[in-house]
Amino acid sequence: MRILNSAAGRLSRLRRGRLAGALLLMVGLLAAGGLWTAVMTPASAEKTQDLASQVEEGRKLFLVGCSTCHGTNGEGILTDRGNNLGPSLVGVGAAAVDFQVGTGRMPMAQPGAQAPRKDVAYSDEETAALAAYVATLGPGPAIPAESDYSIDGLDSEAQEAAIVRGGQLFLTNCTACHNFEGSGGAMPNGGYAPTVRGVDSKYIYEALLTGPQTMPTFSNGNLTPDQKRDIIAYLNNLNDSAGVGGFGMGSLGPVAEGLFAWIVGIGGLVGFAVWIAAHTTRSSKKKVQA
Amino acid sequence: MSIDTSRVATSNSSAATAKKPGKAGAVANWADERLGLGTAMKKNLRKVFPDHWSFMLGEIALWSFVVLLLTGVFLTLWYHPSMAEVVYEGSYDPLRGVLMSDAMASTLDISFDVRGGLMIRQAHHWAAMIFIASMMIHLLRVYFTGAYRKPRELNWVIGCLLLLLGTLEGFTGYSLPDDLLSGTGIRAADGFMKSIPVVGTYVSFFLFGGEFPGDQIIPRLYMIHVLLIPGLLLALIAAHMLLLVYHKHTQWPGPGRTEENVVGFPMLPVYAAKAGGFFFIVFGVTAIMGGLLGINPIWKYGPYDPTKVTAGSQPDWYMGWPDGALRIMPGWEFHLGGYSFALNVFLPIIVLPGLMFTILLLLPFIESWITGDKREHHLLERPRNAPTRTALMVSLMTFYGLMWAAGGNDIIAITLNSDINQITYFMRVAVFVGPAIAFWVTRRWCISLQRHDEAKLLHGYETGVIMRSPEGGYSERHLPISENAAYTLTARDRDVVYTPGSETDESGVAAPGGRLNGLRAKLSELWFADNVQKPTAQELEEARHHAEHEHALTAALDGVAADGHQFDGHHAVEGESLRGH
Repeated sequence: MRILNSAAGRLSRLRRGRLAGALLLMVGLLAAGGLWTAVMTPASAEKTQDLASQVEEGRKLFLVGCSTCHGTNGEGILTDRGNNLGPSLVGVGAAAVDFQVGTGRMPMAQPGAQAPRKDVAYSDEETAALAAYVATLGPGPAIPAESDYSIDGLDSEAQEAAIVRGGQLFLTNCTACHNFEGSGGAMPNGGYAPTVRGVDSKYIYEALLTGPQTMPTFSNGNLTPDQKRDIIAYLNNLNDSAGVGGFGMGSLGPVAEGLFAWIVGIGGLVGFAVWIAAHTTRSSKKKVQA
Repeated sequence: MSIDTSRVATSNSSAATAKKPGKAGAVANWADERLGLGTAMKKNLRKVFPDHWSFMLGEIALWSFVVLLLTGVFLTLWYHPSMAEVVYEGSYDPLRGVLMSDAMASTLDISFDVRGGLMIRQAHHWAAMIFIASMMIHLLRVYFTGAYRKPRELNWVIGCLLLLLGTLEGFTGYSLPDDLLSGTGIRAADGFMKSIPVVGTYVSFFLFGGEFPGDQIIPRLYMIHVLLIPGLLLALIAAHMLLLVYHKHTQWPGPGRTEENVVGFPMLPVYAAKAGGFFFIVFGVTAIMGGLLGINPIWKYGPYDPTKVTAGSQPDWYMGWPDGALRIMPGWEFHLGGYSFALNVFLPIIVLPGLMFTILLLLPFIESWITGDKREHHLLERPRNAPTRTALMVSLMTFYGLMWAAGGNDIIAITLNSDINQITYFMRVAVFVGPAIAFWVTRRWCISLQRHDEAKLLHGYETGVIMRSPEGGYSERHLPISENAAYTLTARDRDVVYTPGSETDESGVAAPGGRLNGLRAKLSELWFADNVQKPTAQELEEARHHAEHEHALTAALDGVAADGHQFDGHHAVEGESLRGH
């Protein structure tokens, strides 16, 4: 995926040449024809067959579960007022489907400010089929491989450096909405940036790549794949090293701290004051009336 | 005439000598001879304080201040008030190698590399929050019981100044780590200063030593935090306590308690033990909170960097209400001669807190001017017996509380799944309507409670015994309340509405301030309107006669059925079985 993207980037710089269009067409046709003859060996034909049947299965699922809002061909449906009932899915890529369906956000239970994370409605195979089908609607980001978002392959020094980089990138790019610990934050008009703690690394990567709902898309030009990986590494590190200072009270900042200062601190101390005043000097069991 | 000396004792040939003092006595004597402690202590060790839990709220503030001094000194041993850039090389891995100010790096060192440092840092922060909160509940107690009336008005003013200084002390303190959250707070403070018309930019440039952030603000805040404000706080606390001793503590009314005396227990041994013990409890609670509850995790915020910000950037709770005002303020702004006037910032964050603080400071003077009450008061008033006063503070509290909630609008939105815009719109109206509703409800509530007290005095308490008359009607039996309870309920003054003197003197010249006095009379009338006055002696006498008469009428029922005392615990009923069954 990364190689494809960078190749496309290099190609796009040549786009403005006078003969570029014709040349590109030639190259494309040659490549497609060449590939067809070179790759269509019996083994890969079987694979293609599999893919085709997966896409077909995905299409059927799509027609049942998604087309009401997204249109029978994923073209999106506009309401009478010109708003989106469901946006077009052309070009959103398999990553978007894997994120939205895999976290239960889609299918939506009801229209609202934002699709909340909820119980997942489709099995893994069905989600994969839906993703494969939507990927055929137009080119878009593919589902990332584990090597894209895991730092397991690095040595420990490089891992530590990745976490440090990721922390600074997280504070620069993510905390404004998702809070300093990824606990989430409010967005205008009932929207919200959900918590990113305890979310699968794959889904965080996909969210960065596809920009679901009001979230901006962090393309590979904004945050390189390595930078995305570093951010995820930092978040996983937060999960592992939680609670250095004690109970974090929801990691929501000073509002929660103030609540605890009043309820635990002042509440407790006033309770002690009542207790002290109730136990006054006495020589018998009966309380002395002062 | 000879004197018979046979009866004169012969043993006292030498002068009387005192018994050799014990060790403690010797030390005390040594000190007394040099410091004159005996005279000072003789009086003060026996000084009497009245006993009530609500009189200990100010003590929470005092003891948490002591905790702040102790933990604060510990922190200064390692903290570097410097904005010099250093590379963090401490033991918190996720920040190692990151550029930050020396202040931030040393705070991280306190948190991760100084033994017990994080616990002390957190205890210091919790104690600060408790310090200001306890000042506030102490203030509410003093207000609601009318303890701020003459002669204690100036102590109220000192208390208000302590609250203001405590708030500033808190702000300068939580700004010191120079982390992302506190840096955002300082940035906001810079904006607040710059919103002041004409002088705003000068104020900001003087404070920051140039344009924000510069490299001056942390050392300057540090000096203010560890020297200037603590010095002022100590001086004012001393004055506050001296005035408390001089005025003597107020007390609740009751049998034996008058405006002239204080009924309670002496300083030594009772209050020395109680107050000393309470210090350790306060220290213990802050230490436990510092050990178990993580506060201000600066390692997660990271070093301050103007390009970064985090959701949930709120000030500590005591700065929350002006922040709420700022959050719900519409974006009013105008330009004049090339200058911007940012009313959207200036009004909620500079004008409003100043206005509210002035109101708070003037409350005792406003009340005594309206009521015309210039007498000394050492007996407290129950909140219900001053309905307008009580309602006024509840109304102010409602305003404060709504502004406070508005300051956490984003946290409310995400924790209660609601819409931040709708919360904001609601608050814009509620901060005006809410206090008015609260005022009205509280006032009527107080008056209803006064009526309840009156009913208890005139008709007795409800026994819960239901009587059936020969005609078949049911009524509840009331019995008189005890003498002590009746005394306590009636130990209050009748309200006197201020009436101005005649508007003109004999020659028909208007008296000076006549119009103002007219306003004062109106306000005084409104202040006391609908209050229930305590019954007169005659009314109480009549009520007693009535009760006796009633008792005589129902006397025939006695010995037939239970008279109620079997159940109400007013006298012993051993051996007295239910009669006539």
